[in-house]
Amino acid sequence: MTTTLAAPTRAVRYGPRDLALYFLLGVLFGVVLTKSEAVSWFRIQEMFRFQSFHMYGILASAVVVAGVAIALIKRYHVTTLRGEPIAITPKTMGRGVRYWAGGSLFGIGWAFTGACPGPLFALVGSGVTVIVVPVVAALAGTYAYGWLRPRLPH
Amino acid sequence: MALLQHPWPWYVAGPLIGLFVPALLILDNKSLGISSNLRHLCAALAPRVSFFRYEWKEAGLWNLIFLAGVVLGGFIGGNLLAAPAVAISTATHADLARLGIHDFAGLAPRELFTWSSLLSVRGLVLLVAGGFCVGFGTAYAGGCTSGHGIAGLANLERPSLVAVLGFFAGGLVATFILLPRIL
Repeated sequence: MTTTLAAPTRAVRYGPRDLALYFLLGVLFGVVLTKSEAVSWFRIQEMFRFQSFHMYGILASAVVVAGVAIALIKRYHVTTLRGEPIAITPKTMGRGVRYWAGGSLFGIGWAFTGACPGPLFALVGSGVTVIVVPVVAALAGTYAYGWLRPRLPH
Repeated sequence: MALLQHPWPWYVAGPLIGLFVPALLILDNKSLGISSNLRHLCAALAPRVSFFRYEWKEAGLWNLIFLAGVVLGGFIGGNLLAAPAVAISTATHADLARLGIHDFAGLAPRELFTWSSLLSVRGLVLLVAGGFCVGFGTAYAGGCTSGHGIAGLANLERPSLVAVLGFFAGGLVATFILLPRIL
């Protein structure tokens, strides 16, 4: 049975306890990324050279676990803790240019810096302070995309 | 503690990472995706372009707080629970040595990832151009390893598969064609 309730205002959604929880989850995420060495330039080189299963094992087992969880959520109509239906908005394919072009560009950056966005921030925390430079450069890159967006094929 | 200090094998780390997807969904319909934070930060700092004009606090405050946690997590994982040198395969070690890398201590090679390397062309390319590509590419593709590679693939989304194939196409070009010319 669905009960119609007034939609909670978004402002109410982030109490200090919610934010503390997201912070804690982020800490855990950062620890896992660092301890599994997924933040390491060496590991990313090893991955792109197909010389170890380590990174593929991490990515594949993460996808399988997340995939089974999503299938169960859909199958049993699991709701959020607030009782709302779980809805994942699927990405639209369009012409698909943005996915292969943007994806390839990111791949180059991933191999150069040895880090995708999460690991960039974890590396700064781990003490490789010069990674602040690629973080700022990444912000500039995202800003440049936002600026060029009307002129880019998607 | 000694056990925690060892590097974590893939079959521990991967499933743990995968669990963040249902955890965030069940918490409040949130999608795992780190690169969205780059957009939220642009929206917070310089909302001069329409792509960045939205209520970033409503859309992404939770994610920015998550990201702040990732920084602390990196500190804990990289210092309090620090492991010795990354045990990469001998083949990778040999390939990288051939490219002129000799210091294999730490998470990133010190010959490339120090402040002084910003004075060299290769340092600028890796750190500045590399970072720019990460930011531009993930914004263009609408996601990174977490959003497309894990959450998107787990939800069987074809756009994410195309994006992941792109990640690897770009990474292979960079590794086998660009890096040997830069290093």
